[in-house]
Amino acid sequence: MALLDVENLDVSLSTAMGPARAVRGLNISLEKGETLGIVGESGCGKSMTALALMGLLPDNGTTEGTISLQGEDLLLKSEKEMCKIRGNRMAMIFQEPMTSLNPVHTVGRQIMEPLRLHRGLSKSEAFKETIGLMERVGIPNPSERVHNYPHQLSGGQRQRVMIALALSCSPDILIADEPTTALDVTIQDQILELIQNLVDEEGMALILISHDLGVIAENTEKVAVMYGGAVVESGPTDQIFGNLAHPYTQGLFAAMPKLGMGRNGRLTTIPGTVPDLINLPAGCTFTDRCPLATDECGTTAPSISTVEAGHKVTCHHIDQAINGRGEGLYK
Amino acid sequence: MVGGSITAFLLLCALISLFWTPGEVYGISIATRFLPVSAQHWLGTDQFGRDILSLLMAGTQNSITVGVVAVSIGLFAGVGLGLLASARRGWTEELIMRFSDFSFAFPAILSAIMITAILGPGGVNSIIAIGIYNVPVFARLTRGSANAIWTREYVMAARASGKGKFRITIEHILPNILSILIVQATIQFAIAILAEAALSYLGLGTQPPHPSWGRMLNEAQTLMFFQPMQAVYPGGAIALAVFGLNLLGDGLRDVLDPRLSRKR
Amino acid sequence: MSVFFAKRFMTLLATLLGASIVIFIVMEILPGDPALVILGVEATDEAIALLTTELGLDRPALERYFDWIFGILQGDLGNSYAYKVPVWELVEGALKITVPLAILSMILSVALALVVGLYAAANHNKASDISLMGISQLGISIPNFWLAVLLILYFAVNLRWFPAGGFPGWDEGFWVCIKALILPAVALATVQGAILARITRSSVLEVFREDFVRTARAKGLSQRSTLWLHVLRNSMIPVITVMGLQFANLLAGTVIVENVFHMPGLGSTVLKAINNRDTIVVENVVLMLAAMVVVTNFIVDILYAVIDPRLKAHDI
Ligand SMILES: Nc1ncnc2c1ncn2[C@@H]1O[C@H](COP(=O)(O)OP(=O)(O)O)[C@@H](O)[C@H]1O
Ligand SMILES: [Mg+2]
Repeated sequence: MALLDVENLDVSLSTAMGPARAVRGLNISLEKGETLGIVGESGCGKSMTALALMGLLPDNGTTEGTISLQGEDLLLKSEKEMCKIRGNRMAMIFQEPMTSLNPVHTVGRQIMEPLRLHRGLSKSEAFKETIGLMERVGIPNPSERVHNYPHQLSGGQRQRVMIALALSCSPDILIADEPTTALDVTIQDQILELIQNLVDEEGMALILISHDLGVIAENTEKVAVMYGGAVVESGPTDQIFGNLAHPYTQGLFAAMPKLGMGRNGRLTTIPGTVPDLINLPAGCTFTDRCPLATDECGTTAPSISTVEAGHKVTCHHIDQAINGRGEGLYK
Repeated sequence: MVGGSITAFLLLCALISLFWTPGEVYGISIATRFLPVSAQHWLGTDQFGRDILSLLMAGTQNSITVGVVAVSIGLFAGVGLGLLASARRGWTEELIMRFSDFSFAFPAILSAIMITAILGPGGVNSIIAIGIYNVPVFARLTRGSANAIWTREYVMAARASGKGKFRITIEHILPNILSILIVQATIQFAIAILAEAALSYLGLGTQPPHPSWGRMLNEAQTLMFFQPMQAVYPGGAIALAVFGLNLLGDGLRDVLDPRLSRKR
Repeated sequence: MSVFFAKRFMTLLATLLGASIVIFIVMEILPGDPALVILGVEATDEAIALLTTELGLDRPALERYFDWIFGILQGDLGNSYAYKVPVWELVEGALKITVPLAILSMILSVALALVVGLYAAANHNKASDISLMGISQLGISIPNFWLAVLLILYFAVNLRWFPAGGFPGWDEGFWVCIKALILPAVALATVQGAILARITRSSVLEVFREDFVRTARAKGLSQRSTLWLHVLRNSMIPVITVMGLQFANLLAGTVIVENVFHMPGLGSTVLKAINNRDTIVVENVVLMLAAMVVVTNFIVDILYAVIDPRLKAHDI
């Protein structure tokens, strides 16, 4: 039994214009200690996936499918049972360290909260533990910092506080939703390395969400590439980066700044914009941006094909896409 | 919608009462004192034998006059000052804003109390007092919203093309803050009606024999224990008017400024 | 903290000074001769001149202003024109009614606002929320002095639970006095509470959309604990702001509502003074009311800093 098994997850958000299908038919499975990356452009449903796993969708969201954590279906759990799981067996780090901490409480108090809630520690025990946690996530001078308010810390330090918070009850799964997007480039690597080390030490499973293929390539064992709410390519990280198949993944890769490209190197972008989730096109959602699109793409949804063991792609023209990779599909 | 219909209904009452009321408003007749509710006097008569329904209708006129005049004073002076503050910035803005700061310590009633203490009680004085109270309200709102418009690109473009501040204010700033001002004007209208009623109730506002809702409450209060309904009607009329105007303000906000209404 | 405190205190003094100047200008320099007003239009010129000297009104305005202010600093508010007794004697008893009434109404309105606002926010868009907000919209529209009349008719005349008016005086016992203050306080608190309840509700809903609320939920806190532990305090900032702004209106309301209940508070003092053309009393009472408003807003400023640690940092 996998640690986490998500099958056919659908998330839809009711809006004034009708339901927006933010996630469609998502399948993920995660073993203990495994790391999974979810990558895709902004708006493709990464955060909604994460929030659905935590049971924290906005009020207008509904979920279908199954999310089973060690065999228990989370979608069937009561709110009270979910409260015992959140922060305890599953924890999450958010994108904006600036706004994700309560401005009117000290960071110490905020880290202590889950310790007292889930582990039933006394105030003084929780305080000691908090200082230990802050030390572990690399906050200098924790016995002073513990009394600081979020606005007195830098962005990087605040994200470290968020990590300490997530780590506090040694969860089985850590979900990090773009943990470094809001941070300075120099700090990004430090934070990712910290997460990586802690995950290793604790033996936690990690779901790392990013719009940056590079971040995913360096930090995860498995990848799911999302587009328009659905996974278009998934598999072991090495295999995917060794054998980019889906035209969208290739596009993301082409859009990545590369080492040695120099100042004059041109960044390619994928033309067009992400699909409208309320009126999804029939067929493949990537059709109107895809350099290989044919009439068939616009009318029939592609099925999943396996390129190599574990490497799955949802596309009508996989062979063409793989063959065209040499010259680059995007010019 | 509801707010609009209530307001329209009150306007209609005021209009009708200009030409016709079901009973006597000014005449005093002992013979018709304290008549109960009847086909001729739908709401009965008061201690001077005046028809209560007619008084209520004529009171609408008074409230509307007060609202219009007091809000106009506030609009003209306040919007003028606010636009000036926002166009000139610097010490002009500082001065105007500090001044409106401490005038906030004086609500309409207090400034009216001061003014009537000097000039004596009266309808006109109370309207002026309420109008003066409205000035800083509009000045602040105008300055705040105008400052936001001044930073917009098209205003920058207009300045770059050499247009003067006065022209920009008239052409770009004012039209863009108009909807906010209209919404606030409805709300201030309601506040003005409340304040006038309070002043007349205290005997500082509209003087007899002019019909006014606040005045009617004042006159009814001495008889509160044996003619309670006489105190209930005018207050109900005030509440209805204020309720209608507040709803109208909310509705206008939804129509004129969808962005604002969503935030609420 | 001390820098913040000192700064706010300076603002308080400056505002009070400004208010006293405005009051003085309106009451003493603008056209309108107190002596003429006191004696009436038929008075002879000599009589007016005599009274003017007697009241000290022939001295330069600046001198009179400083006399007034230094007098206040020494606890001397001057003498009433009409009664020839110190103004303080006239207002002392009134303050003992108006101040407790204002405080009691404030407490009631905040309690009402928190209960209704939080309940409505917790049941966002459900029937109870919508009907509560409808009622509060009505509550805002009701003139407080009319509500006072209705309360008297029902609770004092019909049910005889409370006295219909008057004030026994604090010597008569604490609870009798509170009982006399309840109805006027409710009349005042309903309108204020309705306004504050709406602000509370929208502010709570706004804070619920903040990222840190999601963090709190991700920790495993229930919706309810999140409300109490994380949302409430953050959502109080706009509520307190409006509370400060509304205090002036509340005070103005006490002036009127006291009158409905025939209570000898500041309201009736000032009305009597207006009828007697006793401008010096009006002047002092208005300044007192303004001072209460300013002090309340000072307290509000301090509360801000208590609630939101970021503000202190900004100001220092
Ligand atoms: N509260 C909401 N109501 C309706 N639609 C939403 C809401 N929040 C997000 N969406 C939409 O859902 C889609 C997925 O969003 P999200 O998961 O946040 O994307 P990302 O991959 O950037 O994290 C986006 O198109 C977004 O516009
Ligand atoms: Mg996201």
